[in-house]
Amino acid sequence: MNSHARTVPTTPIAADAPVSVQLEALASDHRANTLRGGPDERGRFGIFGGRFVAETLMPLILELDQAYEAAKADPSFRKELDFYLKDYVGRPSPLWHARRLSSELGGARIYFKREELNHTGSHKLNNVMGQILLARRMGRTRIIAETGAGQHGVATATVCALLGLKCIVYMGATDVARQSPNVFRMRLLGAEVHAVETGAGTLKDAMNEAMRDWVANVSDTYYLIGTVAGPHPYPAMVRDFQCVIGDEARAQLHEAEGRLPDAVVASVGGGSNAMGIFHPFLDDPEVALIGVEAAGRGLDSGEQAASISRGRPGVLHGNRTYLLQDDEGQIQEAHSISAGLDYPGIGPEHSWLHDIGRAQYVGITDTEALDAFQLCTRTEGIIPALECAHALAYVAKIAPAMDPERIILMNLSGRGDKDIFTVAEHLGVRL
Amino acid sequence: MSRIAARFAQLAAAGRGALIPYLEAGDPDQATAASILAGMPQAGADLIEIGMPFTDPMADGPTIQAAARRGLRGGATLSRTLEMVAQFRRTDDETPIVLMGYLNPIDSYGPERFCADAARAGVDGLIVVDLPSEEADLLEAHTIANRLDIIRLVAPTTTPERLPLVLNGSSGFIYYVSIAGVTGTRTASEAELAEALPRLRAATGLPVVIGFGIRTPAHAAAAVRIADGAVVASALIETLAGSLDAQGAAGPDTVRLVLDQVRTLADGVRGARAAPDRAGAKMETAMRAGA
Repeated sequence: MNSHARTVPTTPIAADAPVSVQLEALASDHRANTLRGGPDERGRFGIFGGRFVAETLMPLILELDQAYEAAKADPSFRKELDFYLKDYVGRPSPLWHARRLSSELGGARIYFKREELNHTGSHKLNNVMGQILLARRMGRTRIIAETGAGQHGVATATVCALLGLKCIVYMGATDVARQSPNVFRMRLLGAEVHAVETGAGTLKDAMNEAMRDWVANVSDTYYLIGTVAGPHPYPAMVRDFQCVIGDEARAQLHEAEGRLPDAVVASVGGGSNAMGIFHPFLDDPEVALIGVEAAGRGLDSGEQAASISRGRPGVLHGNRTYLLQDDEGQIQEAHSISAGLDYPGIGPEHSWLHDIGRAQYVGITDTEALDAFQLCTRTEGIIPALECAHALAYVAKIAPAMDPERIILMNLSGRGDKDIFTVAEHLGVRL
Repeated sequence: MSRIAARFAQLAAAGRGALIPYLEAGDPDQATAASILAGMPQAGADLIEIGMPFTDPMADGPTIQAAARRGLRGGATLSRTLEMVAQFRRTDDETPIVLMGYLNPIDSYGPERFCADAARAGVDGLIVVDLPSEEADLLEAHTIANRLDIIRLVAPTTTPERLPLVLNGSSGFIYYVSIAGVTGTRTASEAELAEALPRLRAATGLPVVIGFGIRTPAHAAAAVRIADGAVVASALIETLAGSLDAQGAAGPDTVRLVLDQVRTLADGVRGARAAPDRAGAKMETAMRAGA
């Protein structure tokens, strides 16, 4: 049994009770003891999650739920996924002790989980690989996806090329403009990229349009959601496929340091990279879990993407979660320098972790992220994506005050090649 | 008897189906939307559906998305939409009004307060697009307490096994979404409808209306030959949008053009069963075969 299991008062069982009763009580305590057991049968994490979709999609979501449960129980599915994760994605990804960064900050020992070294340059492929094998099992031939920064779109286009499937990616027009290298990559990979002009032309609008496509193409289409949001079973399924990050990191850190980290830090847009690294540590209360939201031009500037810090619960894109919304329940536009964090919602399990106090959510501004982007590049020779530069900036804030014996594990979820044009522009450099 | 039940009983006695035109609240401004609403019964609307604008209308095509944007720009809020209905009720106590929208604004207003205020304003039923049967308990106690009908959507993807779940708790009428798709895009073929309707009829005694893709008087006529009503939305909104000036403001003819089109559609609906054409006869045969 896990020595770090939470201690929750157990139901008193008479010492002379039959063994079967004692065993059942133990099993039920074990279930009650874990924070990793969600969602419930309605797809809820506390009050969050659920299945808020139009009737046209409801039968498809139920079918997906069944297909996913069947795949999970099938050892051949796991075996196939493991094969691709190892030989195509390139897992396991290394755990890197960022010594120069740690010594420059002068505090805690900082470890990076190097998800940027995966094929296609981010954690996104973990989930895409899992869902694409599921889509193939379900006999779907047309794959649609939404993308913000383009990392999920690129990952999806990549596996569609690998498996010979038709791929359509919806991307907000603003993001198409600021992430042009990824748009070009997706097109090279054979995907159709549709620029969505509605709203602010960002991830939210791309997701609306992908859902409209799905509703109109129900018979052959699989909607491959890239984050831990959307109607059940997506938040749980994407989380499960991303948990490989935390599972590996936990084992690797045990090997390197012989113990658990003191804090795990990850950036949060929809929240898939954070959930992937948090979840395997949920039942270790001594490990602090810190999600870093995009504070844009400042948490109180009105131009931010910090759904938990500045939003309130509501329903969008199939789930109940914290949302940026006005007093009338109309969804507000998010803002972040990072296209991948530029979303007015967050995965429902994060909302629940926030409400129960298991994870803490903080904000980092565009400027702070830009500084951290340069710091990491200069000290570690790693150009991070602007998304995880937010996590880095928070690490840079807390590490100096921590004892050198303390360990921070950070998810370096993507590489920053795609962001060099944005960064150059903000630094006033013309390329 | 509710206004909706009374209206369908009246139409059944008259041997004809219902025309249900749609307007978006606040589109392009409060006064124009209120004038369109006020003129609809006279123009031949049997029931009226009012869209409650939302920033992210995921089941809607470009036409209604644009209407929702104009509505929001025109200052539409749930409170103002209810005020518009209350104002309408001062002169019309018979034409049923159904509000259609997405959950979040209602959730934000407070489901209990919203249902009470809607009933008080004279609303008869609610269609909440992203609230499937699985999540309906969020609203159900409040709609029942306030005698509001909860009108569920049935889609071509709704399986026979699932149909009883969707129908359970439905009241007023059933809204058959005739295509798997968003509003204002494709029109269902008569063959598709003829296949779907008997299945639905066999499962419910409630009136069935057809929506999504009904654009012309002929479409509306074909729909009411096999169903109890036809919803027309995007085609009317296109007319409205076409009458706006470059800044998106209502033109001098906006209200008249929309109401004229309602009149034409009403003529189609009213003439539909008087002289059944061959397609209609075929559809009735198909219905008998399937029932």
